[in-house]
Amino acid sequence: MQQASPLIEARGVKVYFPVRKGLFGSIAYVRAVDGVSVAIPRGGILTLLGESGCGKTTLGKTIAGLIKPTAGEILYKGKPINRMRKKEYMVYRRSVQIVHQDPYAALNPTKTVFQTLSFPLKRWKIARSRRELREKVIELLETVGLTPPEDFLNKYPHQLSGGQRQRVVIARAISVNPELIVADEPITMIDVSLRLGILDLLLGLREKLGTAYLFITHDFGAARYFTAKGGGVIAVMYLGKVVEMGPAEAVIHDPLHPYTDILIQAVPEPDPDKMRNAKPIKLRSLDIPSPLNPPKGCKFHTRCPYAWERCEKEEPPLVELKPGHSVACWLKLRR
Amino acid sequence: MSEPIISIRGLRVVYHALRGVVKAVDNVSLDVMKGELIGVVGESGSGKTTLAMAILRLLPPKVARIVGGHILFDGLDLATAREEELRKVRWSRISYVPQAALNALNPTLKIIDHFMETAKSHGIRDRKWVVERASELLETLRLEPERVLNSYPHELSGGMKQRVLIALSMLLNPEVIILDEPTTALDVLTQYFILNLLRAIKEKYNMTMMFITHDIAVIAGIGDRVAVFYAGKVMEIGDVYTIFKRPAHPYTRALIKSIPTLTGNIEEMKPIPGTPPDLINPPPGCRFHPRCPYAMEKCKRVEPPMVELKPGHLAACWLLA
Repeated sequence: MQQASPLIEARGVKVYFPVRKGLFGSIAYVRAVDGVSVAIPRGGILTLLGESGCGKTTLGKTIAGLIKPTAGEILYKGKPINRMRKKEYMVYRRSVQIVHQDPYAALNPTKTVFQTLSFPLKRWKIARSRRELREKVIELLETVGLTPPEDFLNKYPHQLSGGQRQRVVIARAISVNPELIVADEPITMIDVSLRLGILDLLLGLREKLGTAYLFITHDFGAARYFTAKGGGVIAVMYLGKVVEMGPAEAVIHDPLHPYTDILIQAVPEPDPDKMRNAKPIKLRSLDIPSPLNPPKGCKFHTRCPYAWERCEKEEPPLVELKPGHSVACWLKLRR
Repeated sequence: MSEPIISIRGLRVVYHALRGVVKAVDNVSLDVMKGELIGVVGESGSGKTTLAMAILRLLPPKVARIVGGHILFDGLDLATAREEELRKVRWSRISYVPQAALNALNPTLKIIDHFMETAKSHGIRDRKWVVERASELLETLRLEPERVLNSYPHELSGGMKQRVLIALSMLLNPEVIILDEPTTALDVLTQYFILNLLRAIKEKYNMTMMFITHDIAVIAGIGDRVAVFYAGKVMEIGDVYTIFKRPAHPYTRALIKSIPTLTGNIEEMKPIPGTPPDLINPPPGCRFHPRCPYAMEKCKRVEPPMVELKPGHLAACWLLA
């Protein structure tokens, strides 16, 4: 069967950042992303989950075209973006929009909500007349749940709460009808009681507009909620690598990689009995190795309580063990 | 049950902003019991950090003011005490680990010098004593004293710096430590280990801890009691089992439901509608009524009193009064 190519694909992507050691020292490379292949189908959800420094944001920016990969390539509808003509490239850039973590920094404080939202509409000639512009902005505000919209048109960012600002940022992202939204920690700075509201809004937009998501988060609970509700895939990253990838509930309830398993045990849950009766976590070392000089073999072997000889020498490949559920771990791959 | 070590009664703190007066802490009464770990939980702007700053009287001068109430600690009212009296309490008897403390260390000073400076400002110049005490504390927090004391802050990871700050706050053996979002900036594994260490040092040194957080779930594993704040008010106080297993206040119940957990039923998780109120112009009656699914006429007009539902379990809600 001939399958349509995914909306976005990263193939063997590596992103290395050069850093100089000391004033006259040699140049070393931070391996932020170290060989990752992932794909997002049209209207699909891929969640990158990992601790700080695992490379999830760098990968997101590379997929959005903001960072050039050191090796590997990004394909948009099957076409490598670095070999596109200008016109094609602009279509790709427009169809991939970003929602950042900090809704306080993402909005220009001197522009009203109307000005902020009308800019992309004018830039991409989506609305031509003044009346059309106003109608379109009002429609956007209604779509993101800022009602009545007339109350928000002339507000400046400082007059809005964090949750409302993030809704304006989301309205701006969807104003150009993107096919993919890269949402990088979109709820981290939002009040706890409002977080699920933002995630529900994003999922609702997908129903309505068919938007696909690359959701980037360190929060396991949010990753599960968003990805499971949207029927998507979670990719767990560690030191620039995907160590496990699969359907949300499978990764959360039946993790295959020791790293995923340990992180899940460490997540606090609002249940005193469960928290107090849990077995203590075993871990060989608390510290994440430097991405300047990552361990050989499996990158997790320095901390993994189950590491054996092979883990120190050879890097395990990401292998599909169950339908749609892959893991890179020698424990699971040995016969 | 033990006796209170800090008794807060009817505390009111306001900030003077351009737009008007912000009622950040409004008529709050709360006892902190000797030897307990009490979680102070609330969303941003609920008044939890202001409460901590008021206890230590570290509120920004001119802008913030305590306009009513008492903070009783060992026969002294910290709300009205003079600066000389406060200086004898601050750090040596009640210490504070501020929010975003990872940037609180001076990048030009070695860790040992941070301990020396702190000791010096409280009249201790005995370097040997400081090194010994600091080493013992760092060891309890599972850090290598030799290495860490001779490091500069940039040589330490976030989790290590946070543990150094906890050790610094314990240098003078205070009776109470107030920790403001001590694990918020940390990765989940580092958070896990620091939460366990906090519990262990509390037992070892028989300290009282006030743990301020926006993430109610972190209290479940280590707290004895929880006080739930909303819009400058205490909504509910109870022991950790009551608050998590049988919360009484609609806000507490809604807050727990708004946490996306790993084991719960996803269909039952939902956000709280609306947004937290503007504290310059808070809603009349119960401050939660505009977002409360059970709000009655009375809730919109009259503020509910704090009532004791059973010994040690208090809530401010007309449904329960």
